[in-house]
Amino acid sequence: MDNTKRYERLRERYMNGGIDRRSFLGLIGAAGLAYGVQTPFARHALAATEQVRFDGWGGVVSEAFRKHAFDPYTKASGIKVVDGTFGGGDEFLSRVKASQPGEYNIAHLSGVFDYARYHGLGLSSTLNEKNIPNLANVIPKLVDVFRKVTDGSLSCVPYDYGTTGLAYNRKYISDDEMKEKGVKILLDERFKGKIAGWSDWRTRIWYASLQTGQDPNGATDMDAIWDALRAHRDLLLKYWSSGAELMSLLAEEEIYVTEAWSGRVHALQQQGHDIGYMDPPNGFGWQECLFVIKGSPMEPCEELLNFMLAKETSIAVAEGQSYPPALDPNKVELGKIIPTLPAFDPTGTLDGLTFADPAYWNGNEQKWSKAFSRIQKGY
Amino acid sequence: MSLEEREARQPVLLLTPAITAVALLLVVPLGFILVYSFWLRTATGADQAGFFLDNWREALFDPFYRDILLNTLKIAAVTTIVCALTGYPAAYFIARSRGNKALLLLLLMLPFWISYIIRTMSWINILGASGAVNSGLMALGLISEPLPMLYNEATVVLGLVHFLLPFMVLNVFVSLDGIDATLEDAACSLGATRWRSFLEVTLPLSLPGLAAGGLLCFVLAAGTYITPIVLGGPSDAMFANLVFEAIITQLDWPMGSALSLMLLAVLGALVLLYNHFLGMAQLMKGLS
Repeated sequence: MDNTKRYERLRERYMNGGIDRRSFLGLIGAAGLAYGVQTPFARHALAATEQVRFDGWGGVVSEAFRKHAFDPYTKASGIKVVDGTFGGGDEFLSRVKASQPGEYNIAHLSGVFDYARYHGLGLSSTLNEKNIPNLANVIPKLVDVFRKVTDGSLSCVPYDYGTTGLAYNRKYISDDEMKEKGVKILLDERFKGKIAGWSDWRTRIWYASLQTGQDPNGATDMDAIWDALRAHRDLLLKYWSSGAELMSLLAEEEIYVTEAWSGRVHALQQQGHDIGYMDPPNGFGWQECLFVIKGSPMEPCEELLNFMLAKETSIAVAEGQSYPPALDPNKVELGKIIPTLPAFDPTGTLDGLTFADPAYWNGNEQKWSKAFSRIQKGY
Repeated sequence: MSLEEREARQPVLLLTPAITAVALLLVVPLGFILVYSFWLRTATGADQAGFFLDNWREALFDPFYRDILLNTLKIAAVTTIVCALTGYPAAYFIARSRGNKALLLLLLMLPFWISYIIRTMSWINILGASGAVNSGLMALGLISEPLPMLYNEATVVLGLVHFLLPFMVLNVFVSLDGIDATLEDAACSLGATRWRSFLEVTLPLSLPGLAAGGLLCFVLAAGTYITPIVLGGPSDAMFANLVFEAIITQLDWPMGSALSLMLLAVLGALVLLYNHFLGMAQLMKGLS
């Protein structure tokens, strides 16, 4: 019942003698007071559900999201999607920590370890999965790992996956040389000053584990890893800190080899750059999710997630950002382009990819991120 | 209320908005940072409130932080010297030019219309492997492969000079503009050469402006973190990068707070030294 109807009924009661004049005026006054007090706040509350904030990795990834998901969603629902970008999960977590509840809504997070960290800091929400029927089409393995962290419920939907493998300029490094040297090419003196590396401590320690012949999810000789990190640092042109910077360094031939995100390398290849890509044995596999942060307007967020998981949207975004979608190829026909993307698994089991163990990485995060920071700066 | 009482209240009324703003936007946040610096970061990334001296002990006695701080002061000093050497002649030219001072000052301010980050990144297109300089040299046949010019301490200084030079020029200009040009003529009429009159008369009189510009350049250079990220190599980090990493990457706000207060204390001490010997009046003149 709207306010006009309420007023009409009240007036009718007064006119019929159901209430006296004093009560009628008193009720009108109380209604006016209540309206005056709640209206300024109600305006903010209504505005909040008229838009949803989404934060992602920027560059070609954000462009794909904007073009294939947000703009069509806004057209269909009337809810505006405000998109922001970040250079890494750590940086974004710091921003969320400093924000007010509801300021940030959905984030394109990478890895189950990030999901666990957000949950550990009390930033997770509980999705009503009934509002996201398209979740049924997602690869079950991708969903289950998140459920384990949040006791069966979900604060995110898996969206895509990829790898951090080795990217190299074919003008200077042949495919055969890459196969022969593998991860050790990042420690090859011949390419001193033409090697780069992501400034992310996890990726650096993962690759150092491989270079020292250790399990990336269970290294035992950390001294060997620190030595490998120092050797890599001394051969480095620079540590890159965003996907855009990675693409620029490779495209401008500032560097010949680095570890790189599979989708970004595919985007470079599509632009005509002769950049090779190789996933070494036990290369860094990861899955990305759309995480709904505590305090967000849940229904619009769930509606957006469902829209983004729709087959047409998901495939269009995947083709745009060059990362395979989380949709199960056994349930959904993914078209012709998706199977050509790097890291795509036609079986839907993802058994060929090695993912980071959240307990192992988050358990060492405080110590190792600090240790890497020192090594990075010449110590 | 009498006229005297009203006049006595005027300064208080006029200063109240500024004092309130400084208190709310500077003093209160600094208080928060100070409190934070005594907290601890737990393994999950959450903060543990309390009074712990661990962060301060690490910040003050760990050679890692001391060395980066010294390197930061060195880079800031080199930047300031380069700004002084290149900025003084430019300021002298503007101050002594006839008729077109306003246009020259406008040209000096033009770079501020472009984002600092974009200005910094523009050096990648100039000095990069396929940048303007390398492409030009290769087209002329002077080199066969690109020279490695980017991502080292020199490019960090270059980026900082690019950013800070206008501050130096403006401060020196204000100082030079206030010097009576006939003083140099008087020195010449007494037998001094032009160079001698500059060294004996103009330069000493313009030193307060040079010092004010130097202080501004030094403080701004020492507090930067964007330039080393964009133009620096693996070992060119400055102290502000440590603050950024502690707060953003490591989610260690308590340690980041201790480090930022440490940098503030060092730069604050420099400002106090400047104030003791030269006073803040010249600095304010340069900024106005």
